[in-house]
Amino acid sequence: MCLAIPGKIVELVPASESLAVVDVVGVRRRVDLGLLENDKPGVGDWVLIHVGFAMSKISEQDAMDQMKTLAMLGETDAALQEVRGYGLEDEKEIRSEERDKARAAGA
Amino acid sequence: MRFVDEFRNPELIRRSAEEVRRLADPTRYYRLMEVCGGHTHAIYRFGLKDILPSNIELIHGPGCPVCVLPMGRIDDGLSIAADHDVMFTAFGDMMRVPGAHGSPLEHKARGMDVRIVYSPTDAIKLAKANPDKHVMFFAIGFETTAPSTALVLQRVRREGLKNFSVFCNHVTIIPAIRAILDSPDMRIDGFIGPGHVSTVIGCRPYEWIAKNEKKPIVVSGFEPLDLLQSIVMLLRQLGAGEAKVENQYKRVVPWEGNTAALRAMAEVFELRPYFEWRGLGFISQSALRLREQYAEWDAERRFAIPGIRVTDPKAAQCGEVLKGVLRPAQCKLFGNECTPEHPIGALMVSSEGSCAAYYNYEHRKAALVTTLGATA
Amino acid sequence: MNPKERAAGNTPRVRFREPQIEMAHGAGGIASRRLIEGLFVPLLCDGPPQPLGDAARVNLNGSLVAITTDSFVVKPLRFPGGSIGELAVNGTVNDLAVSGAKVAAIVVTFVLEAGLPTEILQAEIQAMAQAANDAGVRIVGGDTKVVEHGKADSMYIATTGIGSPIPALEINPASVRAGDKILVSGPIGDHGVTVLLARGELDIEADLSSDTRSVLPFVESIAAVAAPSIRWMRDPTRGGVATSLNELARDCGLGIVLREDAIPVRGEVRGACELLGLDPLHIANEGQFLAVVAPEVSESILKALHEMPGGEEACIIGEVQEQPAGAVLITTQYGGTRIIDMLVGDPLPRIC
Repeated sequence: MCLAIPGKIVELVPASESLAVVDVVGVRRRVDLGLLENDKPGVGDWVLIHVGFAMSKISEQDAMDQMKTLAMLGETDAALQEVRGYGLEDEKEIRSEERDKARAAGA
Repeated sequence: MRFVDEFRNPELIRRSAEEVRRLADPTRYYRLMEVCGGHTHAIYRFGLKDILPSNIELIHGPGCPVCVLPMGRIDDGLSIAADHDVMFTAFGDMMRVPGAHGSPLEHKARGMDVRIVYSPTDAIKLAKANPDKHVMFFAIGFETTAPSTALVLQRVRREGLKNFSVFCNHVTIIPAIRAILDSPDMRIDGFIGPGHVSTVIGCRPYEWIAKNEKKPIVVSGFEPLDLLQSIVMLLRQLGAGEAKVENQYKRVVPWEGNTAALRAMAEVFELRPYFEWRGLGFISQSALRLREQYAEWDAERRFAIPGIRVTDPKAAQCGEVLKGVLRPAQCKLFGNECTPEHPIGALMVSSEGSCAAYYNYEHRKAALVTTLGATA
Repeated sequence: MNPKERAAGNTPRVRFREPQIEMAHGAGGIASRRLIEGLFVPLLCDGPPQPLGDAARVNLNGSLVAITTDSFVVKPLRFPGGSIGELAVNGTVNDLAVSGAKVAAIVVTFVLEAGLPTEILQAEIQAMAQAANDAGVRIVGGDTKVVEHGKADSMYIATTGIGSPIPALEINPASVRAGDKILVSGPIGDHGVTVLLARGELDIEADLSSDTRSVLPFVESIAAVAAPSIRWMRDPTRGGVATSLNELARDCGLGIVLREDAIPVRGEVRGACELLGLDPLHIANEGQFLAVVAPEVSESILKALHEMPGGEEACIIGEVQEQPAGAVLITTQYGGTRIIDMLVGDPLPRIC
């Protein structure tokens, strides 16, 4: 139930109401957009494909935010090490500092 | 591959694994269940167990639609094809699942018209290309796949296609999770939620798990970074004594789900009063069937089916493995009578079944670890 | 079992217990091996069990001759990059090459379906002539049978090739040692995916072609550099790299450890495999070979390959280790591992 792949819409099939051509690393597949009629994606949009149907639009913004959060893990770690070294702050304060750093970086 | 490779970045995976180790309380033993078979497959494919600390155990849940399909349903589908000269179409996942008299592929070898399709649309194309033959689509899958079947049935009804029907085995995920939590011999600390099912049903349907059962659940993507991040989020909740629903797979899963998909499903399907799940027994309101207005395209109504119930051999412990009570290697048949080549239970047939995944990716590693451990 | 024992009424140990032949038995994976080892070998082969290689050596009045046979069943007959005829020639040349022999001549059998248009047959014969010319081999004879319409999927081709051993090249899994390097001649998965897409059952298009070609020039070139240090070679056709390496692991009793990021796969092959839920390691190749070589010659062998047109993407994908004995392990850059098994039957696409 779970094999779904991201692909980029490169063409809307003119003769049909809901077919599009989607590109996955140079492989082109016809995909049905019928499940996304409320928020129809267009050429250039990325969609998640499952059994030949587009299930969802992929939000590049959310993907980037997620990468940012992940990329920051290292920095947070280093920051925490530093703080722990002093042996002064307790866990709660360290966590809120973490949150503030995350917010500042994401802004 | 965009939206895939970034989430397989080795450096970020290493850092996420460190974060997991940092957050895991060494005095605790965590049992986290990933519900969805696709997650089971991903965990093994990416070798994630190697980089998790030893006090985190991943328990494989029942979210494998092939694994939970009772053998009798396969026999029913095959008997329709045999008795009425019907073309049997299904996804590749079904082709090696053993029925009482062989798998669909084995039936094909004996002359039955069996075709692999990659989409329900392919089945329609076959029906249109073969107007003198009845084409039956043996539909499986959770809520990720059901909307596609629904959409295709709506079109078929509009067009009045005569030589097509669906043998519907779609099941729903929430009752399966409920069955796990209701199980007395069960202890799960948190859930990794099914990412692709959630693109359809959204995140709300899991709220009772957090509110009533007080277990955290994080809806997760399928790449290594997604799974590790979800584990991080679960550990954070557990560390803080929280239990809420979180969405790690934001780039794809909308909190409210996909209304067009849900609408199509509601128009075409209704819930069966009960349905048998292999290994879990009968669960009420857990599976879909076609509504009355689609009766003409319902294979179960068009054709008489034997409706035979085939019980698994007593020694097969599929149910306990499905519920996470036993690890695959603890089943007495594992690796001997039951292997991917001659599977007895469905968990060994499907590539995402926990037994098959464990067998294919893991169990010889376990022997290796033992050897190394002995010499260390 | 020698002829005397057979005459004495001792039945050879047939271990194949399955009641009928399935597609899986021809897929090149575990089921194929069971059929060969359980039915063919006990009944056909004398003497102690030998590792099954791509070609056999026969002593003809003091001269060692390499001989191989192969058959070609492919749908569709023509696909981007080649056709059944080319596969037939190149496949035979390659089987001999990776067994350490240079092909001298090929004989070919055609089983043709009644109703096959002559122009299709002619196109294949022309393709074979061209491929034979390119590979420097002569087709010296053949046989033809025609079967009824509906059998033979248009055309089946079977070949037998003979050749002479390449000097100093001794292919033997028993000579493989821990520390040996495993290399592949180029990107994997091209052929199998091309043919799958060419069937037209999928709504998938890609700019891919079969990699069918003779690997003999490459084998000769690396033999010239370091023949005594080449332990084992194989062309990973049906069943893919995973199956070939699993066979090696079984035959030599050592472990094969591959690095996932080192395995060359074209983007489109990867994309098609991800879309269908297939693993490139299980997909057939028709123009690549695997080699296990002593570590001290791996760089010079790679250099020799890189200097040849078509050899630029050759690379080391892993090495032989003591553990996991008899199995193939893949490691990721971040420390994850998984066992890669032989193919069970034909690779089946999945949705789950």
